[in-house]
Amino acid sequence: MGELLGVRDVTIAYPTEHGTFTAVEGVSFAVAEGEKFVLLGPSGCGKSTLLKAVAGFMPIAAGAMELEGRRIARPGPDRVVVFQEFDQLLPWKTVLANVVYPLRVARGLPAPRARETAERFLAMVGLDRFAASYPHQLSGGMKQRVAIARSLALDPRMLLMDEPFASLDALTRRKMQEELLAIWEATRKTLLFVTHSIDEAVLLGDRILVLSPGPGRVRRILDNPAAGARGTEAALAVQREVQTVLGQ
Amino acid sequence: MTRAATRTALRKAAILAALLAAWEAWTRLGEVSPLLFPPASTVLAAFGRSLANGEVPGYAAQSLQVLLTGMALGSALALVLTTLAVSTRLGAEFLETLTSMFNPLPAIALMPLSLLWFGLGVQSLIFVIVHSVLWPMSLNTYTGFVTVPPTLRRVGQNFGLSGWRLVQGILLPAAFPYILSGLKIGWAFAWRTIIAAEMVFGVAGSQGGLGWFIYQNRFEMNTDLVFAGLLTVILIGLLVENLIFRWIERRTVQRWGMSAGH
Repeated sequence: MGELLGVRDVTIAYPTEHGTFTAVEGVSFAVAEGEKFVLLGPSGCGKSTLLKAVAGFMPIAAGAMELEGRRIARPGPDRVVVFQEFDQLLPWKTVLANVVYPLRVARGLPAPRARETAERFLAMVGLDRFAASYPHQLSGGMKQRVAIARSLALDPRMLLMDEPFASLDALTRRKMQEELLAIWEATRKTLLFVTHSIDEAVLLGDRILVLSPGPGRVRRILDNPAAGARGTEAALAVQREVQTVLGQ
Repeated sequence: MTRAATRTALRKAAILAALLAAWEAWTRLGEVSPLLFPPASTVLAAFGRSLANGEVPGYAAQSLQVLLTGMALGSALALVLTTLAVSTRLGAEFLETLTSMFNPLPAIALMPLSLLWFGLGVQSLIFVIVHSVLWPMSLNTYTGFVTVPPTLRRVGQNFGLSGWRLVQGILLPAAFPYILSGLKIGWAFAWRTIIAAEMVFGVAGSQGGLGWFIYQNRFEMNTDLVFAGLLTVILIGLLVENLIFRWIERRTVQRWGMSAGH
């Protein structure tokens, strides 16, 4: 497994009304091909900011950020983001058209192939029956599933997920986490996942980077042998370890 | 239609019928001079005649053609201005200054200047129509652009879209509810402006659309045709607002579950 994403000594700062705000300072980590990598930390630790920088939405002030050895300069379909917000779907397009559209504009697929690909990925998230619906007719969980299908259909090098389940109710969230694990088993897509939930981090992450706030710094990067299972002894042990690291 | 809506419609029809009856009774019983205020039946007959002989439809088509040309030009200009305004700070300040200056100015007030610059012709009319459409359209489109959720903008960038492709693929459709309400306001301004502006042509003795038709018939004391012209102005206004714009809304904003903040 080679290194896919390299983040070296990255500092992110941006201007605010009260002067320059340093969100993240001196952060280094590497994500390997096919790995599920979680950024975990309390709110305000800069984890979302880091993900936005990887996505290319935000410039870095210092350090280096590379995907397959190439500097990340702008957003692109090789790093597709699933956002927390439900309004990430285009409301004027049907569910199917939402998945087809990026395949046409970002991948340049001809219409029949784009449609066929979109249908396949919608079936994968169990929404093929809702292809003709409009986003406002879907529940929050369904919207997030469409967003995941849309991202995966683009076949990015990396999937970036910014607290995608944080706005869902607890039951739907659990279900979505399990579906994401199943999808990952099927696709082995490299995942960078941002969350503030210890449970979620331990369930999903092969490795967990714990950030400390103000400005965000790496507290520790933990290996997580318990990934993929809920409530096991191993998972509880890792959760306790994360808690200890966070409490330091 | 729901039962409440049907009842409202029935009540409104009854109000209209009562008004017409009162009008008819007052003009006939009160022996009002038909040169000043012809009875409702005479007006309706004149309206039917001028519809049948193609006079009113012809003038209405003329007005609408000029209006649509002006609206198309005004909307295109609004799009250019707002694209500039969302891409540069100077563009935004430029647009804000222009709209705050010109929005309070009634378009018809520019008619004398317009006649001076473009002469007695269609260009003069188009100029004032453009003016009446441009500012409300720009204001609404700009509001639409700046209220596009940042997430949607990022989604577009994530697909590799930038510049005009981002505007056309994401910003325009996302701002569509605002653009549509801009079009509605623009239409309302433009329709009132064109009728008024054509009267100036009446003054100048040249040819024009419905406004001119009304003015000319007043000149010839065909008061029933003046009323018929006014009726046409009302009917077209209602038709466009309640049928055409409602139809567009049902097929777009409503179907998409999007609505502008006003």
